Amino acid sequence: MTSSRSAKVTLPADDQILITRDFDAPRRLVYEAWTTPELVKRWWNAKRGEVTVAEIDLRVGGSWRYVMVTDEGGFEVAFHGEFDEISPSERIVSTEVFEGMPGEEPPSEDDAAANTVTFAEVGGRTKLTILSQYPSRDIRDAVIATGMEDGMQDAMDLLEEVARSLG
Amino acid sequence: MARAATTADAFNAVAEPRRREILDLLAGGERPVNDLVDQLGLAQPQVSKHLRVLREVGAVDVRAQGRQRLYRLNGRALKPIHDWVKGYERMWSERFDELDAVLDDLKRKERGDDDDE
Repeated sequence: MTSSRSAKVTLPADDQILITRDFDAPRRLVYEAWTTPELVKRWWNAKRGEVTVAEIDLRVGGSWRYVMVTDEGGFEVAFHGEFDEISPSERIVSTEVFEGMPGEEPPSEDDAAANTVTFAEVGGRTKLTILSQYPSRDIRDAVIATGMEDGMQDAMDLLEEVARSLG
Repeated sequence: MARAATTADAFNAVAEPRRREILDLLAGGERPVNDLVDQLGLAQPQVSKHLRVLREVGAVDVRAQGRQRLYRLNGRALKPIHDWVKGYERMWSERFDELDAVLDDLKRKERGDDDDE
């Protein structure tokens, strides 16, 4: 298995986002870290804040909800969804809805993504894939547009480029 | 005249697997259509169709050289999508780095439990 320690993000179709990453651990442990609230609280923050809520009712039809309070600005970022399919240590299919930016209308449940998380083990290592299927390309692109966390930096880069071209 | 490519247009252009292959090939440098046809194993009309979509969003530029038309990548049009993918990758990489630490703890705990037996 080729080693890829950094996350790889691709857009395999108009209405999908795919994330892949290899882990140096058997899949039952990756699954445990993925589905145990106290453990999710340790990694889901992405070093950008503190996960204050990690609720996981791990059964088909059960719901989940994660809330993070960001270090910068101290605002809440929340996602929730429902489990549609659970194959322990192998595969989880669930919905995911972003609860929206503070002061903005929250997105509709109809705009939920269907996430398929697959844990594949080869030689004691695990290849994790997260495939997010959106109802349409427009919704996928809207998620991408609101997820422009580095948007400000991009704007600065672009300004600098423009300034250079004028100079 | 070519209109300004929107972010959504660029997303669409690069989301199609064959077009991504074309962009990957052009990332290695300017190429004539025939070369792309050979590399992709597709019929010329299909390749031309994909190139037309990529040109419409400004993802590739074309110039004539003798009887050949040479295509090259236009990085600027793809910047929005590239930047988003990189940013999203960075966020997930940081999550996964922390997940690595959690997994190290779980592995240590398992080894510890084994020792107790």
